[in-house]
Amino acid sequence: MTAKISPSKGAPYARILGVGGYRPSRVVPNEVILEHIESSDEWIRSRSGIATRHWAGPEETVAEMSLAAGGKAIADAGIAASDIDAVIVATVSHFKQTPAVATDIAHRIGAGKPAAFDISAGCAGFTYGLTLAKSMITDGTAQNVLVIGVERLSDLTDKEDRATAFLFGDGAGAVIVGPSQVPAIGPTVWGSEGDKAETIKQTVAWDEFRTGDVSRLPLDSSGNVKFPAITQEGQAVFRWAVFEMAKVAQQALDAAGITADQLDAFIPHQANMRIIDSMIKALKLPDHVAVARDIETTGNTSAASIPLAMERLLATGEAKSGDTALVIGFGAGLVYAATVVTLP
Amino acid sequence: MATKEEIVAGLADIVNEIAGIPTEDVQLDKSFTDDLDVDSLSMVEVVVAAEEQFGVKIPDDDVKNLKTVGDAVDYILKAQG
Repeated sequence: MTAKISPSKGAPYARILGVGGYRPSRVVPNEVILEHIESSDEWIRSRSGIATRHWAGPEETVAEMSLAAGGKAIADAGIAASDIDAVIVATVSHFKQTPAVATDIAHRIGAGKPAAFDISAGCAGFTYGLTLAKSMITDGTAQNVLVIGVERLSDLTDKEDRATAFLFGDGAGAVIVGPSQVPAIGPTVWGSEGDKAETIKQTVAWDEFRTGDVSRLPLDSSGNVKFPAITQEGQAVFRWAVFEMAKVAQQALDAAGITADQLDAFIPHQANMRIIDSMIKALKLPDHVAVARDIETTGNTSAASIPLAMERLLATGEAKSGDTALVIGFGAGLVYAATVVTLP
Repeated sequence: MATKEEIVAGLADIVNEIAGIPTEDVQLDKSFTDDLDVDSLSMVEVVVAAEEQFGVKIPDDDVKNLKTVGDAVDYILKAQG
């Protein structure tokens, strides 16, 4: 017989309760990047908008940066660590795949025995995690979810690649997502385009190193085997990011029933200042909308970029608690996810 | 379908809008990067605007072959079929 199963009972809605970020102590200006590539400060700034980025030191591991950002998010949310019953970590640069880094973070942050797992969705990782958290809370499988985006992309940067050496940075951003009586996270418009997988990718798979056949591995200028790095086809990525992602962002606004005029802030993945500028034009965002431009001093931190940019926008007063913000993550996969949120 | 002259004029307006170059500077023999200060990312914006205006498709792989305004005009003329 089919017995009646009791369903889980969730909160009516979910919201972001608090946000926190961690930026590594070492600030790396363009001059340091230029030690390895033929370029100029002016070229880097005009192509990317990046002046400085943070690179993590040996002690600033994925877990340590996450703990710092997570601790700030918990404090900002005004909850206790023990109130957290799920931890989601979005990253592509934690090099020990098993166990998931989320379990170590959950334990050390004092959350007890929450559900904990890592996700891999490139630069859309944070928005994917936010979407999962919202669904878990409204489903009733979690009350308070710690969502962390964290990267040490300096470890996956080819310092001799003129097209990407200046682009990436390290850091962690975190939010607490909890129950709400009013809608505060809109429907997510998300998806993937696996036919474009080659446009942003890791240069070599880890298991290529096991063969011992160095002829298949890239070498640096001294003839040493290079560690894997992230490469991209700049023009193809730019076209997709600006014009296709503007459509996705518009769909997220429409799904939330929000017009551009009602928007207070725009927090896109901090991929490149030129992409951000062009998206604003393509979306015809009104001048009153505060735009996150954290990339100038943080670089592209993939999954960490949106919560880091959100924290800064609130810290500088450009946006305030209760404001309505459009967030969109997009990157390697290719994958994307956009939604409208009420800022914590 | 746009004539050669119409395409040149249309491209001049697009380049003016995106890169702020005076329309009269946009001549067939001018290089986008060297003469008109249109970098690789602005070139993508020019291409997308041209696709919309002239109803053609210019795939990413073909964009790098469009060195001069003349290259782009010829490409669009052919793509209009």
